[in-house]
Amino acid sequence: MIRDITIGQYYPADSIVHKLDPRVKIVCTMLYLISLFMFRSVAGYALCTVFLAVIIRLSKIPFKFITKGLKPIILLLMITLVFNLFFTSGGNVLVSVRILKITDEGLRASVYMGLRLVYLIVGSSLMTLTTTPNALTDGIESLLRPLNKIKVPVHEIAMMMSIALRFIPILLEETDKIMKAQIARGADLESGSIIERAKSMIPILVPLFVSAFRRANDLAMAMEARCYRGGDGRTKMKPLVYKRRDYVAYVITIVYCIILVLVGRYVPFKIWIF
Amino acid sequence: MSIKLENINYVYSEGTAYRKQALKDVSIEIPHGQFVGIIGHTGSGKSTLIQHLNGLIKATDGVYYFNGENVYADGYNMKSLRNQVGLVFQYPEHQLFEIDVLSDVCFGPKNQGLSKEECEKRAREALEAVGFPGKFYSQSPFDLSGGQKRRVAIAGVLAMRPKVLVLDEPTAGLDPAGRDEILDQIAKLHKESGMTVILVSHSMEDIAKYVDRIIVMNQGSKLFDGTPKEVFSHYKELENVGLAAPQVTYIMHALKERGFRVDTSVTTIDEAVEEIAKVL
Repeated sequence: MIRDITIGQYYPADSIVHKLDPRVKIVCTMLYLISLFMFRSVAGYALCTVFLAVIIRLSKIPFKFITKGLKPIILLLMITLVFNLFFTSGGNVLVSVRILKITDEGLRASVYMGLRLVYLIVGSSLMTLTTTPNALTDGIESLLRPLNKIKVPVHEIAMMMSIALRFIPILLEETDKIMKAQIARGADLESGSIIERAKSMIPILVPLFVSAFRRANDLAMAMEARCYRGGDGRTKMKPLVYKRRDYVAYVITIVYCIILVLVGRYVPFKIWIF
Repeated sequence: MSIKLENINYVYSEGTAYRKQALKDVSIEIPHGQFVGIIGHTGSGKSTLIQHLNGLIKATDGVYYFNGENVYADGYNMKSLRNQVGLVFQYPEHQLFEIDVLSDVCFGPKNQGLSKEECEKRAREALEAVGFPGKFYSQSPFDLSGGQKRRVAIAGVLAMRPKVLVLDEPTAGLDPAGRDEILDQIAKLHKESGMTVILVSHSMEDIAKYVDRIIVMNQGSKLFDGTPKEVFSHYKELENVGLAAPQVTYIMHALKERGFRVDTSVTTIDEAVEEIAKVL
C-alpha cells in the first residue's frame, strides 16, 4: 500500500530525458510550469499538451506509471473543479439548479484549471521520475551556487536535501516492516473510530521515530569518521558538465515558450466549442 | 496445524520497472510439530516465503492451506490465522514501543482480546520461556542490551501462544554466546510445547544441530528439502549457490578421501567426535 506513492520517485530507464543534465531538467521544468500560466487559449493548451506528450514519450516511462502519481491529488482536483464550476461569475447560464448556476465561463474556468493542475503535477513528477535524487540535489546545488556570495550555506542545504531524499525510501520500507511486525502481533490498523485508529498508530510511530534517530546517529558518526566538513574546497567525483544535448534541450524549451507566448498573443481568445 | 503451500508464486511491483519474481512455484508441506530450517542466500526468497505463512502477503498465484482450510478463500479469518502463526521478524527488537517490558509483551495478547490478568500471566510465561530475567520487567525496553531486547521481542510473539512459530534470522547480529542461548531456548520451547517451529537462517552451522528438516531456497525456488543429512550430502551443489555445509561435513569427507572409514553423513560436532573416536 505504502509503495504506491510515486511522487519524488525515480524510474530507471535508458532514455534521452534521463541522460540530460539535472540542471537542464530543473530549469526547463520551471519554465514549463511557468508557461502553463502564460496563455488562455485552446491553441495554447493543445501546444503544451503536445509538448508534454512528446517528452513523456521520449522518457520511455509507462504512461500508467505517471498517472499513478496523480492519485493523491484527485481530491484537490475535485475541489478545484467544483469551486471553479459553481463560483465563476459571468457568462451565459447553461444549467441552473436553485442557487447553483453553471455558466459557460465557469465550465471553461474549471476545465482549464483542472488541466493546469494535472500538467503541473505530471510535469514536475516527470522531472523526479527521470532524475535520481542525488543528481537532482547536485543540480540544485550548482544552480544555487551564486547564493554562496551572500552567505547562504548552499552546500549544506543541498546535503540536507539529499540526505532527506535518500531517507524517504528507507523510512518507507521501515514503516512497512514495522506495520507488518505489529499486524503479526495482532494490531488492527484499519477498523475502529478515528480516535482508535490514531491510537493504533502509536505502535508504529514510536519504533519509527526510534529507528529514524538511530539512523541519523549512525549516519552522523559515519560522516564524522570520514572527516566530512561541509562545502569549502570540496571537489566532486562527477562534476556536472553540459553536453550538446543539454544545449539542444534548452533551445527547444525556450522556443516552446516563445511560441506559446506568441500563440497566446495572436491566436484569438474565443475559440471554444461546446 | 499442518501447513501446505501449493505452487506459490510471488511477484513484487508487478507492472513496473522494479518487477521482481521473489518466489517461483514453491510447494511445501509441513506437518504439525516439526522443527524446520529454511536456508538460503540473501535474496533467495526466504523472508517472502515466511510472510505468506501468516497471511501478511498474499501469493500472486498458488494456494495455501492452513490446517486443511484454504487461506485465500473468501471470508477466511485472517486474524485467527495470525493468532495461530506467530511471526518473529528479522531484528524484531526494532518493533518495541511500550514504556516497559511487560506491557510490550502484553501487546499481542491484548490484541487477542484477553483480560488484563490473562495478558500479564501469558507475558510472564513468555518472558520466562525466553530466559528473560524477572528483575527487568518494569524497565524501558529501549534501555536493554541488544540480546535482551531480542528476547523481549520474541516473547512478544510467544505470549500470543501461537501453534506455529516462525523466526526470521533470530540470531542475526548477536554474539556467538547470545546466538547459542537463543537457539537453545527455541529448541527447548519446541520440545516442551510441541509447536511447529520454522527457523530461517543463512547459516547451516547454526541450525544443523536443531532442526528435523532443512529446506534450501535458491533464487525463489526450492532447491533441496530433506533431513540435514540428506541436504548436506549435496554439499558440492550447496557451494554453487553460495551456501556451505557445516565444517564437520568437509572434515569427514576429507578424512574419507585419505582412507579413513568414517560416516560422512554426520552433521554435528558431537556426532563427528564420536565417529572419529570410533575409527581411531
